[in-house]
Amino acid sequence: MSNFYPDENGRFGSFGGKFVPETLMYAIDELELSLEDALADDSFINEYKHTLMEYAGRPTPLTYASRLSEQLGGAKIYLKREDLLHTGAHKLNNAVGQALLAQRMGKKKIVAETGAGQHGVATATVCARLGLECKVFMGEEDMRRQELNVFRMELLGAEVIPATSGSRTLKDATNEAIRYWVANVEDTFYLIGSVVGPHPYPRMVRDFQRIIGDETKEQLREIESSLPDVITACVGGGSNAIGMFYPFLEDDVKLFGAEAAGKGLSTEKHAATITKGTKGVIHGSLTYLIQDEHGQIIEPYSISAGLDYPGIGPEHAHLAESGRVSYEGVTDAEALEALTLLSKAEGILPAIESAHALHLAFEKAKQMTSDEILVVCLSGRGDKDVNSIKAAMEKESHE
Amino acid sequence: MSKNRVLEAASSATYPLFIPFIMAGDPNEEATIELALSLEDAGAHILELGIPYSDPLADGPVLQESAKRALLGGMNLKKAIDLVPVMRQRGLTIPVIIFTYYNPVLQMEEETFLHATKEAGADGILIPDLPYEESRNISAAAKERGLANISLVAPTSATRVETIAKEAEGFLYCVSSVGVTGTRDTFSPEVYSFVNQVKQHSHVPVAVGFGISRREHVESLKDVSDGVIVGSAIMKQVQAHVDDLANSSTRQNALDQIKGFVSSLISS
Repeated sequence: MSNFYPDENGRFGSFGGKFVPETLMYAIDELELSLEDALADDSFINEYKHTLMEYAGRPTPLTYASRLSEQLGGAKIYLKREDLLHTGAHKLNNAVGQALLAQRMGKKKIVAETGAGQHGVATATVCARLGLECKVFMGEEDMRRQELNVFRMELLGAEVIPATSGSRTLKDATNEAIRYWVANVEDTFYLIGSVVGPHPYPRMVRDFQRIIGDETKEQLREIESSLPDVITACVGGGSNAIGMFYPFLEDDVKLFGAEAAGKGLSTEKHAATITKGTKGVIHGSLTYLIQDEHGQIIEPYSISAGLDYPGIGPEHAHLAESGRVSYEGVTDAEALEALTLLSKAEGILPAIESAHALHLAFEKAKQMTSDEILVVCLSGRGDKDVNSIKAAMEKESHE
Repeated sequence: MSKNRVLEAASSATYPLFIPFIMAGDPNEEATIELALSLEDAGAHILELGIPYSDPLADGPVLQESAKRALLGGMNLKKAIDLVPVMRQRGLTIPVIIFTYYNPVLQMEEETFLHATKEAGADGILIPDLPYEESRNISAAAKERGLANISLVAPTSATRVETIAKEAEGFLYCVSSVGVTGTRDTFSPEVYSFVNQVKQHSHVPVAVGFGISRREHVESLKDVSDGVIVGSAIMKQVQAHVDDLANSSTRQNALDQIKGFVSSLISS
């Protein structure tokens, strides 16, 4: 089996591609060439790795969850601690890589989209560090829900621009960021936050996130002298998951992606793109998405603002179709339960996004034996979610 | 292979070509049909019939709002294509181009879409998020049915212009400046040399679109290009008269006003 995607047309199997207005094609081709050139240049790779080490705190630990493993009575559970990365989530790996590339290409202006604000904060952070001008589009509705992250980005010197079109959430912030890019393509770099968008974005973001999986492989080799048996990660657009999975695609390791099943897969309130979606084009890429029979995109739902995206990275679509990775839905309630369990058993408060991966991990671990190893990508910390966790728990106890 | 009416119309017309864009279903089906007829009456050579889409990446606020109104009214790709035979029945003779983002086409399936478009009496297609590299299959399939797939070139197309122009069908859509659709106050003077460069490579007429909203825009492009495409400026008029257009008793007055605007824009 070959996993050396994308092909020369930017396709992962039948997925991916470049479905963008002609105005952007030159910029996308230019980006592709610059990326190839940078990835082949040791000095660029060293600068990227050095920045992640001395500024962002890599490598992140691989923590053995001993009490949790014992409680569940199955596999040994390890947590890959992206929650300990600077700014609190895996997003910074990618933001650092792309910002360094922008700098190398001579672009001084950065535009990005953000949903809950994690990618926006990561982008604002690295732009401050490198002295780049930063504009972040954020849905007006999300700005209201994530007021503190808006303030954080502003403190870091970024300009946050409300996206007022459509449902005023991540999908629309992405539309607005792309529209802004179309108008300012000559001097602006679009720093996308996940493994989505037109080629070469899904490949580029994967290559800047694969450090998660590469480190995990090395750390586990040292601790256990073996590969994991199972890995789980949450998927919205899918950047932490692809970063974790990619180095293991050729290995004998079972891979599971946790999609947001919201209020349940049988309801309309979910963001389970692979489980419930159909093939279509969103934000420049052919993938699975949640849409109606006429091809109009439907706003998804999840308790987690980082997972409620109507599409998914095209490489995940391909890995689902080829059967290499299994994707399963995890509901709001299941994620909250997993979050509580990890907090109490190990003293780690995970992001609600990561709690989806934890639930799936717990389910799998229970069916495994004590000499088997399971790794969860703990993509972010939950401090940002404390208010919404509190609200959700209060609501639940009233119902 | 049947011959293509878009190229025929674009080649035999008195220049400059006037190519209006209207959004199907904004504010309702009847208004769209009447508007199409009015525009032909006002001198349109080719009509672009836009399909509303939930996530129109290449569009500015005016067409986004227009699409939203049309979607709220229940418009979709199939219903929009079905408007074309009604327009024909009521006397529309100019070529019609179905202007749609790619995702609705994918859901309908390309073959079904092309078949329906042809059967309805439309003459071409334009898919703004399907660049040259991704459009070769649908272009060939369209051509076999006698439908023109209209290509776009932008000021950033650079070396791509030659390749795109070489295979252009019907007419070549020249994007005036970087950015999304919508009215602009002025154009960068670079547009003239850009259009000139495009014309050197194109064997079909070259029309300029994006931001054309004033008579002086049309005047200034008249000598360098073969025509103009006007979308947002017309849909802005529709927005201004949206209640009157929705209502059959006040519709004619609104249509007359829009026609007046169009005449002031294009007649020399």
